[in-house]
Amino acid sequence: MSNSLLSRFAENTFWLARYMERSDSLARMLEVTETHARDESGGQDWAAILDANSDISRFRHAYGKANATDVIRFYTIDGNNPTSIRSFVAYARENARSLRHLISTEMWSQINVFNTWMGGLRTRDVQPRRLPAVCQHIKESCQAHTGITEATFYQDQAWLFYWIGKMIERADQATRLLDVGYARAERVGAMEEEHKEHLSHWNALLRSVGGYHAFRRTHSVRLISHEVVAFILKDKAFPRSVLACVNHAHEHMLALVDQHDVETAKPALGILSDIQSRLMAADSPTIIEQGLHDYADNIQQRLIAFTDALGKGCFGHRS
Amino acid sequence: MRSSKGLLASYDPDDFFCELLGSPQGGSLSRKAQTIIRRLDKLNLKTLRLRAKDAERELFNLGITFTVYSDAQAIDRILPFDVLPRLISAPDFDIIERGVQQRVAAINAFLHDIYHKRMILKDGVVPSDLVLGNSNYCKKMVGVDVPGGTYVHICGIDIVRDEAGRFKVLEDNARTPSGVSYVVENRHLMLRTFPDILKGIGVRRVSDYGLRLHKALAEVAPVGAAGEPNVVLLSPGIYNSAYFEHVFLAREMGVPLVEGRDLMVDDDVVYMRTTEGREKVDVIYRRIGDDFLDPKAFRKDSMLGVPGIFRAYKKGNVTLANAIGTGVADDKAVYAYMPRIIKYYLDEDPILDNVDTFICREKEGLDYTMANLNKLVVKPVGEAGGVGVLIGPRASRKELAERRRELLADPANYIAQPVVGLSVCPTVTPTGVEPRHVDLRPFAVTGRSTWVLPGGLTRVALTKGSLVVNSSQGGGSKDTWVLEQ
Repeated sequence: MSNSLLSRFAENTFWLARYMERSDSLARMLEVTETHARDESGGQDWAAILDANSDISRFRHAYGKANATDVIRFYTIDGNNPTSIRSFVAYARENARSLRHLISTEMWSQINVFNTWMGGLRTRDVQPRRLPAVCQHIKESCQAHTGITEATFYQDQAWLFYWIGKMIERADQATRLLDVGYARAERVGAMEEEHKEHLSHWNALLRSVGGYHAFRRTHSVRLISHEVVAFILKDKAFPRSVLACVNHAHEHMLALVDQHDVETAKPALGILSDIQSRLMAADSPTIIEQGLHDYADNIQQRLIAFTDALGKGCFGHRS
Repeated sequence: MRSSKGLLASYDPDDFFCELLGSPQGGSLSRKAQTIIRRLDKLNLKTLRLRAKDAERELFNLGITFTVYSDAQAIDRILPFDVLPRLISAPDFDIIERGVQQRVAAINAFLHDIYHKRMILKDGVVPSDLVLGNSNYCKKMVGVDVPGGTYVHICGIDIVRDEAGRFKVLEDNARTPSGVSYVVENRHLMLRTFPDILKGIGVRRVSDYGLRLHKALAEVAPVGAAGEPNVVLLSPGIYNSAYFEHVFLAREMGVPLVEGRDLMVDDDVVYMRTTEGREKVDVIYRRIGDDFLDPKAFRKDSMLGVPGIFRAYKKGNVTLANAIGTGVADDKAVYAYMPRIIKYYLDEDPILDNVDTFICREKEGLDYTMANLNKLVVKPVGEAGGVGVLIGPRASRKELAERRRELLADPANYIAQPVVGLSVCPTVTPTGVEPRHVDLRPFAVTGRSTWVLPGGLTRVALTKGSLVVNSSQGGGSKDTWVLEQ
């Protein structure tokens, strides 16, 4: 029997991983924003999340002005919002449902239970004061998913597409978290030496990517903006840095071409190699000077181009 | 076993045959059956309910569900599961097995004949117009040869047991019978939930269904297919109510679960789209109805099918299981002729009898039905899932009058049968352990020969006194234990 993989399954596995990863990142973003909205003036921070996800106009249309309660609702339990965690988990489950004969029973059952739990959350469950606990549960569910996948998913082609999807999404999310966190820090002037009290914004940024302790271990006591940026952008040993994720995805793409003879993956591999070398050459002080937002945006565009190329090469999308 | 002091103490099957305790007159139960009954009897109702609840939650979490669509909302429901098993003795299963094999052989011979020489029609055994005028008779299949002469690869035959304990065939399902996934999953669930009851008892296993099915399908691959033919399962997709079963079967067989959009036909050869390009497909176990298979040959509006697949099929480049046009064999009117069909092709008496059937297209049948409507079950011939069935003794005057009108307007659309006092099984109900009516759907898999899954799907009517076991009408299921000799 052949070991080939239907295009549709390759695509669904890729997106299953992405939606679970996206849920994890969004939960992180909400949690960090909520924690810091408590002691700062608030409103603007919530708008920053909407901005990072390009959701401002859709949000305004549905809710009006941004406030904690509504943004949280919009991003957690609003089933009408395609970028809410509820929607992401539901999409992940739909993908998993189409893959049920390929993925392990444990993987399916966990997503299924997670989706039921997510679907059962009501407005009162996601009030700002209860948000940390909800985000914790979401993150743990996503991590449980990753762990179960690592331990039970047979390592064939589908597995490669899974990890490629996961790493591309994580890289993309890291650029967004960096973008939002940096903008927030910049607004309160944390760039300047004397504003030590605003160090909490660098903390928040590092915590949102789960990198606070790792950064502390490897860097000086003082938080220097371009060092924080370099850490999130290109620290090879940090699992949520953009470069680490791109490196992993790149390895899996190579395996696809070399070990599974998926020649059609080559154009996408080319784009990823290019992103990789750009990141390696990146100099954070220069990036900051020229505008971090544009840089982050540029990487996001390139990752989208990668996904399009993969779609044409392997998922059977038309050119 | 009338000396029960425990769980079954107040259980009374009345005049019905009990699948656990045997006939009302009592008879000899095997030692193994007695052990199981003793063990069940020792269970406490409260514990049993807790275990049942756990079992149902597990089914839900594992997504062993069918999907019901209402108000644009998709709701996943489990098929209600009753934890008290249904037993089948080795000698009883021997009858079922041989009877089902015989019936499948006759159905395949019949289908080959009516799509080729039509001898049975020429000999007047079955009325020509009943077959050739049947909406499920597929004219495009005339003269098409199928590998091994096998039309019905997967067959589900619904069997009931009357008050005297005799098995009777209620209907044949020769298109895409479903439910086998529940047979296997119910067993897994029981093994986890009641390891104590099964301990040391030889129950014939059902877990190799997927392997058997794959082997059978490989046997009927087109001539010229690779040594290890490429088998796929074709599903309408995740929105189909039986999607779980499609997943289950693909997984158990280890084959891709494809949808129409994953397949393409080029030069009358079927391919699937893979990450590396296209790959030839040899055998398709399709869970899509004939009408939707190929928009070029059948319904033009079908979004589920594969354009051009019928031509590839006709050329013998791909095998479809079941074959196209098998629906004519499980028509309720053709069913009435099944004893004669068996006799005609196999020169044997049926091992499993039909339930007595009055054919309303025939004058005597119609007259009898009209005169005895309140004692009969009247079924439309082309429906499934219990749709349009009238149970005379339970029907209101208004319903009886309406059916009378319908019968006179279109007699050929109906058959009538006496009400069979279906056998019962002890079942956990809100008011304790009570008898509920059951049927049995054994599954037969045919490649070059026919294998019958030991057991089958036991469906149970959960409503007190109800004879309708369909899942769409309040039916549930039970694990079915065929005891080793």
